[in-house]
Amino acid sequence: MKKQLIELRVNGRTYEIAAEPNALLLDVLRQQLQLTGSKRGCDDSSCGACTVLVDGVPTLSCTVLAMSFAADEQPGPEIVTVEGIADRGALAAIQKAYGDWGGAQCGYCTPGFMVTVKALLDRNPEPSDEEIRHALSGNLCRCTGYTQMYQAIKAAIEAEQKGH
Amino acid sequence: MTDFSIIGKSVALIDSAGKTTGQGKYADDLSLPGMLIGKILHSPYPHALIKKIDSSRAEALEGVIAVVTGPDAPNKYGILPVGHDETALAVEKVRYVGDNVACVVAISESIAEQALDLIQVDYELLPAWFDPEDSMKAEKDWIHPQRPNNIEKDYHHVFGDPEKGFAESDLVLENRYLAGEVTHAAMEPHSTLAAFEPDPQTGKPGRLTVWSSTQVPYYLQHKLSIVLEMPMSQIRVIKPLVGGGFGGKSEVIPLEIIAAVAARKAKAPVKITYTREEVFWAHRGRPRTIIDLKTGVKKDGRITSVAARVVQDGGAYCSYGVVTILYSGALLGALYDIPNIRYDGYRVLTNKPACGAMRGHGTVNVRFAFESQLDEIANRLGIDSAVIRRRNLLKPPCITVNNLRVQSYGLPECIEKVIERSGWMKRKGRMLPGRGLGLACSHYVSGAANSIIRSDMPHSTVNIKIDRDGGVVVYTGASDIGQGSDTMVAQIVAEVLGISLGRIKIIAADTDLTPIDIGSYSSRVTFMNGNASLRAAENVKTKILAAAAQKMNCSPEDIVMRHDMLWKRGTPEPHGKGAEAVQILEKVDTPRGNVQEVSGRVEGQILRGSLQQKRKEEGPKDRMSFEEAVVSAIDFSGALTGTGSYAPPKDARGGAFKGAGVGPSPAYSYSAQVAEVSVDEDTGEVTVHKVWAAHDCGRALNPVSVEGQVIGSVWMGMGQALQEEMVWKDGLLMNPGLLEYKSPSSAESPEVETIIVESVDPEGPFGAKEASEGSLAATIPAIANAIHDAVGVRLREAPFTPERVLAAIRARKQAAKALEITRGADPSAPKVFREHGGSLWYKGKGPERHPDDPARKNGDKALAGD
Repeated sequence: MKKQLIELRVNGRTYEIAAEPNALLLDVLRQQLQLTGSKRGCDDSSCGACTVLVDGVPTLSCTVLAMSFAADEQPGPEIVTVEGIADRGALAAIQKAYGDWGGAQCGYCTPGFMVTVKALLDRNPEPSDEEIRHALSGNLCRCTGYTQMYQAIKAAIEAEQKGH
Repeated sequence: MTDFSIIGKSVALIDSAGKTTGQGKYADDLSLPGMLIGKILHSPYPHALIKKIDSSRAEALEGVIAVVTGPDAPNKYGILPVGHDETALAVEKVRYVGDNVACVVAISESIAEQALDLIQVDYELLPAWFDPEDSMKAEKDWIHPQRPNNIEKDYHHVFGDPEKGFAESDLVLENRYLAGEVTHAAMEPHSTLAAFEPDPQTGKPGRLTVWSSTQVPYYLQHKLSIVLEMPMSQIRVIKPLVGGGFGGKSEVIPLEIIAAVAARKAKAPVKITYTREEVFWAHRGRPRTIIDLKTGVKKDGRITSVAARVVQDGGAYCSYGVVTILYSGALLGALYDIPNIRYDGYRVLTNKPACGAMRGHGTVNVRFAFESQLDEIANRLGIDSAVIRRRNLLKPPCITVNNLRVQSYGLPECIEKVIERSGWMKRKGRMLPGRGLGLACSHYVSGAANSIIRSDMPHSTVNIKIDRDGGVVVYTGASDIGQGSDTMVAQIVAEVLGISLGRIKIIAADTDLTPIDIGSYSSRVTFMNGNASLRAAENVKTKILAAAAQKMNCSPEDIVMRHDMLWKRGTPEPHGKGAEAVQILEKVDTPRGNVQEVSGRVEGQILRGSLQQKRKEEGPKDRMSFEEAVVSAIDFSGALTGTGSYAPPKDARGGAFKGAGVGPSPAYSYSAQVAEVSVDEDTGEVTVHKVWAAHDCGRALNPVSVEGQVIGSVWMGMGQALQEEMVWKDGLLMNPGLLEYKSPSSAESPEVETIIVESVDPEGPFGAKEASEGSLAATIPAIANAIHDAVGVRLREAPFTPERVLAAIRARKQAAKALEITRGADPSAPKVFREHGGSLWYKGKGPERHPDDPARKNGDKALAGD
């Protein structure tokens, strides 16, 4: 398929790239922009490792076309990947907490969780246990059994509130 | 209680920031200039001869660089020396749906995929074997001609006098248990990048570098050398971050060999990454297992004899099968005191993806049977489930009847803790209808005392290099696959040298740089690589102390190394504000309430010149900074390095009988668990509300990691207990995706409360044993026993899906016909594995199969499953 020039806005920067019209957003992020933080864990949107934010909404980048987020006459939506979560080079509270509390073991699903948890806390800074459980249910982890993730999320909320 | 600085403190994994920021690189994140993509053509048939492969149309496609087939690399390999039965790509025949037939190398994934469709393969179908008990009866068309009756290996062990034991018993129970097939489903699909570099002397392809998602880089190096006919010294294997293993990456997986063969043929770097479906075909998980178990006990519950016949549905290749079937028998011992054991194990080949090692290797399904039956015995005798287990405890130190050496033994404390925390005594038997508690125990090796390739060589070696600025570089072959081995090594070295973690840099699992370690499997890394790290650190510490002793005018034994300082024993501890200016400690309150010492700030570094100046000005001193001591030692010896190795002691290596090599370990972990469940009698749905898990890990080097490993094990066991199952129909996997396979999400995952029990093993590093596998096996029977407590049915077929639970409830109530969906099969008295119903098959649209396939011959009479 013939490539087309498109403009994508990712992590606050605008990139001009040549992509096939059927290129998946995940492949464009990983292969063209070398943003390899977003992972492919399945092929059928079952695992959530490829989750990115599109205008703040968690979106599985393995099942959407990059083309659909290209700037048209209008500017394209703001895409945030795991690489866009760190706070000017320092770990964001949720990133620090996942390390401290064992929320990440092998780490392969972690980028997806970082993005999902960010979206959760952005819209609901004090989620209940049930809301956390529900929010995470679209992301699979095979190492942790999720328990330590809950502890990490609570620690991150506390750190944010203390202004760390 | 020993006072440690870093051991026993919860610290974040030293590679965690790379994981949470996305900066960490896994194999599929890597690329090289000119890199090509490989895609594999898989067999659509479970058993067929390859008559002809025509790849000319594929090769003609623009963008295709090479097509690789079996004859390009026909040398056989396999993870076990006795099981070299695999080739990179099928040479004469295919043995399962998904077997590897050809590989296309192209400039893009999409072109490679297109080219796969253009390869013409002519097959001649052979009868295929799908059920292990059918397969064992095969008289021809064997999957591997050198394995008569499709039996990969059978073992028949007798310890003590089992018949006498049964004769002396007051109660004997005998049941058949079935456990479904489960897989690792690590989040990272396997990926390998292989590149040759031209040899400057010959101009031909020379050295090979392979980056691969592996738990066993040194075995991969070895198998590559066999298949490619290259010396190991010309092959470098690098393990980048690995996205989970659980055993699925603990042997050489076809794509790792294929990528290297393809790179050689294409004369360019080649990367192959499996799709999720391909991961299911590559598999190597826990086999479907039939366990015929017989236990004899006295009236007081003391076990007199155990006989087990175990048949494992091993799939089409040997893989770790011989070891798996041995573990199933060997680890009947070392948990309880069993005086007489008979074990008959059969590892059977079938036309399905190969099974291999998976978390709890070989022990899990037998433990499900054993702990379920023991619970039933306790019920029959009117003995509490905890009491019957306490009556059968070992009395270590001891050697079991099957020659396993047991030293540290935290099982009694595990049982005590888990009973206490769960409120067992108060709540058991007093719960609402449909709700119940179940108890079970398990154990596991802390590494195999005998390596796969029998030899006296060390199982782990670690090197340390220390630079003038006090930076410590540790070279370890240990493969961190997410379990935290890099962090474990760093903690041990930091503790021995009395320095902060920030000084330590870990170089791991790179066959060119790091000394050999046989891999991350059988929960061996903390015990073995940890001991090697400990010895390497002690080795280098001796050199530092010798130099420091001269400067401090005392003997090395009189010097304390701690808090990045050295001081004479008896003088005030240089800690906190009173410390010297060169001290670079910074105290940080971690969120878990521990005080962690962080260092590595640039201002703490000492330049050589200024330090020498400083030394000249001072006479003998009472204290030195770590940097000063390091500089002294380097000045003294020219370089500051240390090395340490570990090989299991001879007396831990087991007996001399055939098959005695598997099971012995320098130490065993112990676990006791209580599960609380409720069962919906109308739907058969089981909900696990909570699991209390007490695990004896010897000593928790990093408690947050130990808890994470135990929770992860329990959770994975829960998945196998309730919902995970590879569902088959005529050798075709019906659920090769994470959703269909039902890896549990946060919505289905209960709270797991962990209780760490520290028995402090005499030989473990700081007393540590394994923590990552042993807890898995107890979860399945704990849930089974809890289901019985809740609704009075004994599930002997795992997983305990709603259909099975409902069928068992109806069978108990003799509710006329059992459910249509289970075709009369009662999971509380299972006989054979049930296949998927396969609606296509009944409409005659199923995939083509040989008319002599057992499933075909039975036609509609075959038991349909759920």
